[in-house]
Amino acid sequence: MTTYAPTKPWQPTKVDISKNVLGLLIALLVSFVVVQLTPMKGKLAYAGVLFISATAIQVGMKWISRGRMAAIDGLASSIAFTGSVIVFLPVVNILYTTISKGVKGLHWTLFTDTMEKSSYLDPIGMGGILHAIVGTMYMIIMASVISVPLSILTALYLTEIKGKAAGFIQFLVQAMSGVPSVVAGIFIYAALLLNTSFRGSGITGALPLAILMIPTVTRTAQEVLLLIPNDLREAGQALGATQWKTVITIVVPAARSGLVTAVILGVARIAGETAPLLFTIGGSDKVNWNPFNGPQSALPYYVWKGLISGTPEAVQRAWTAILVLLMIVLFFFSIARYFSRQRMK
Amino acid sequence: MSSISPSQTTVSPREIFTKPRVSDRIFRGVLNVMSFSSLAILTLIGSFLMLRGFQTFQSEGLHFITGFDWNSTVNDGVETSTFGLGSMLIGTLLISGTALVIGVPLSVLTALYLNFYAPMQIRKFMITILDLMAAFPSILYGLWGYFILMPMAEYWAKLLNKYLGWIPAFSVPQPAFTRSPFVAGLVLAIMIIPIITSVSREVFSQTPLDRIQAAYALGATKWKMIKTVVLPFGSGGVVGGAMLGLGRAMGETVAVYMVLNIAFSANLKVLYGVGGNVASMIVSRWGESTLLESKALLAAGFVLFMMTLVVNFLANFIVKRAIKSGK
Amino acid sequence: MSDEMKDGENMSTANVTGSKALSDVAANRMKDRMPGTTPIGTGLEARNIHAWFSKHLAVEDVSLDFNAGTVTALIGPSGCGKSTFIRTINRMHEFIPGAAMAGEVLLNGEDVYARGVDVTKIRLKIGMVFQKPNPFPSMTIGENVLSGLKLAQLKVANKDDLMEDCLERAGLWSEVKDRLGAHAGGLSGGQQQRLCIARSLAVNPKVLLMDEPCSALDPGSTLRIEETIHELSKTMTIIIVTHNMQQAARVSDYTAFFLSDGGPGKLIEVGPTSEIFSRPRDQRTENYVSGRFG
Repeated sequence: MTTYAPTKPWQPTKVDISKNVLGLLIALLVSFVVVQLTPMKGKLAYAGVLFISATAIQVGMKWISRGRMAAIDGLASSIAFTGSVIVFLPVVNILYTTISKGVKGLHWTLFTDTMEKSSYLDPIGMGGILHAIVGTMYMIIMASVISVPLSILTALYLTEIKGKAAGFIQFLVQAMSGVPSVVAGIFIYAALLLNTSFRGSGITGALPLAILMIPTVTRTAQEVLLLIPNDLREAGQALGATQWKTVITIVVPAARSGLVTAVILGVARIAGETAPLLFTIGGSDKVNWNPFNGPQSALPYYVWKGLISGTPEAVQRAWTAILVLLMIVLFFFSIARYFSRQRMK
Repeated sequence: MSSISPSQTTVSPREIFTKPRVSDRIFRGVLNVMSFSSLAILTLIGSFLMLRGFQTFQSEGLHFITGFDWNSTVNDGVETSTFGLGSMLIGTLLISGTALVIGVPLSVLTALYLNFYAPMQIRKFMITILDLMAAFPSILYGLWGYFILMPMAEYWAKLLNKYLGWIPAFSVPQPAFTRSPFVAGLVLAIMIIPIITSVSREVFSQTPLDRIQAAYALGATKWKMIKTVVLPFGSGGVVGGAMLGLGRAMGETVAVYMVLNIAFSANLKVLYGVGGNVASMIVSRWGESTLLESKALLAAGFVLFMMTLVVNFLANFIVKRAIKSGK
Repeated sequence: MSDEMKDGENMSTANVTGSKALSDVAANRMKDRMPGTTPIGTGLEARNIHAWFSKHLAVEDVSLDFNAGTVTALIGPSGCGKSTFIRTINRMHEFIPGAAMAGEVLLNGEDVYARGVDVTKIRLKIGMVFQKPNPFPSMTIGENVLSGLKLAQLKVANKDDLMEDCLERAGLWSEVKDRLGAHAGGLSGGQQQRLCIARSLAVNPKVLLMDEPCSALDPGSTLRIEETIHELSKTMTIIIVTHNMQQAARVSDYTAFFLSDGGPGKLIEVGPTSEIFSRPRDQRTENYVSGRFG
């Protein structure tokens, strides 16, 4: 008796793939020759000629083997592919540039020293960003402390009570996610700092960030809570528990890792925010441990200062600080991914 | 005998009444109050900016929106000022529009590629990349845009001007291509691609499977299927996603500040190095503003707030409708 | 007749009469066909078809011949692989991620899975009607009928004639001829399904696959569709998956019985419909057609 193995006759064979690779190689050769022989110059010319010749070869091969419809289909798929490559390239370039430019300014005292005794114009080996890191940590913690309870309770309202106002609240949360960060910043300035005796400090810096964090955390938390099966809630209530006991002892623990993801996504959203801080943080060159008094700093603010100073040393400081900031954001981003993967399992 | 006939009794549903326990009533009360925090915050933002900017609205009137001049000078302690936001509003629309023209086609192509063409691994990888793009701080886009993208974009702008300069939008009064609305639009396009792509992907994936199968069963190629089934179905969602991106683009501040030469002159020539943007203008004028001008800046913030609110409302409405129609 | 069969007869008289009634229906249908008209030839042959979803084997080793100009009904309880099997015939199976197959499908002797075969051309020759009516909602009734031409970029001399012909064959012309420009969403479920049949006919397929085409419809519409199938079978090969044994008996010339014992679906028995319903060779078929399970 013969046994049959699963096959996928619709997938491209090795011959098909090698034909495609050959086509791509020819296209590379063509683009090299064309750029050498014509007055066109630069990466753009290479990319353009490469795209046109690779597509032409692909489409031509399809036209010969399968006819016009298949050729049009091939053209559409190459254009869609090229579109995603164009989207992909800046990300690679941004990561590469940030790392390659940022590492040049890394040195050990960067993380232990502040700008108290150095200026942005000093050689890169002097001074450090400790004050900015401390400030950013303060921003993250304070903004989370303010926004997380509000967000999670709003999400619970939307998923557990589903009151009459749920649709309206949902709409407001969506509207909040569109508030520009600069508006959040000048709002806190207009409300707390304009014509008052208060001056910019850690807490006034964290307030606009909390406003920006609320919609992200609420919407993610809501999605997570909606995934909790209704049986769990009914089981709790069938045992005679009150609704709030059910929510606290069953629903929230079941959604725990998802809620953590929501908070971390919120943190990743605000850790790099710059615009609101320009109005509300005060700006300090030394470590300020008091979040309620005295000017505070933060990594994005430090980057900003470096950029507007504009000298090579200051710009180098900006690249290095943004590398550190990017690492912090990526750290939170990966944790959020990790937790959401865990949830899927 | 005849007093009760079974056919005459009407059955009305019995009312079910549950009296929540005290702890539940407190719980519900707390959630009810908390859920209105978003309303409170939005109202506070609107009213504080309105209140602090009121003086400007009063003195400028409609000129605040339609005027093109923005000056404040102090002579012998007397401040004379005129605040017109017109050029900044035009600039905001120009650079956001440029961002959409570049960003929307790329986003739709990427969404189509990821949903219908890409192998599973590439799809997962690329979705992570797009999420990462959305998480990059905007100042990073500004920094990269200024130092890396702008030199390239200037070269592209020169090419566009050289070959397509006969189109009025691509002409320039003087050969000044640095920090133009084109460059700002490019940076913004990269920043809004993740949101437009993710909304488009979501809507495309809601396309009813039976319609997709019907098209394939009639001998359609993948592209023909997309053209006849997916795009007509998803177009509403793409429009909604583009509007969400527009809202993002209108409110972007530091990235635009870095790559745009902000000047109070109405410029519609996208390649020419003069532009405007309400959000970045607020930052750029803030440092040296007098009290009067800072009030005008808060009023400008109010205008920006209302604009993004309206755009976002429309966008969410359209997206919601598009996603619902698939269910 | 075997002992088992007698056992079966003794078990439930009602069921046996049910099965008898079905065989009568099938016999009546065969009378409709003039003797000797069943064309002999190679319409469509499935050879050793296996179908997998990832690692899960859903259809195991099914070989069936479909003679040109006949109607074959595939019956069996749900989950027995009959839908999966017909989706391998016009290569719709491969859209499911992780799908795999083995075996051959020969259309006029040529393997539709052979290297270099253009799958879109296969689907033009082997049309399909789905369980749920799925006209394109953005198109008018007329555009829906001709949508296959647009999708496959085929040219015809006279579109109006083709439209009328397809709608006529699908039994819908008289009902829609005055509103060809109306949107298809306004039609009833049964009309939509006949519109879908008309749409499949426009590209002139040699084989028509029908995947439970009446399961979402009321009895009246079902009857109309069955009449349509009857008409169509004069010019093409039809394979219909159905849950409804009466329907199989009413419309088909041949019936194939599929069954899964928890594992992959297999072909248990195939034969002329009247025989399957009156004297099946396999006990399991007997149990199924007499309504003892399924």
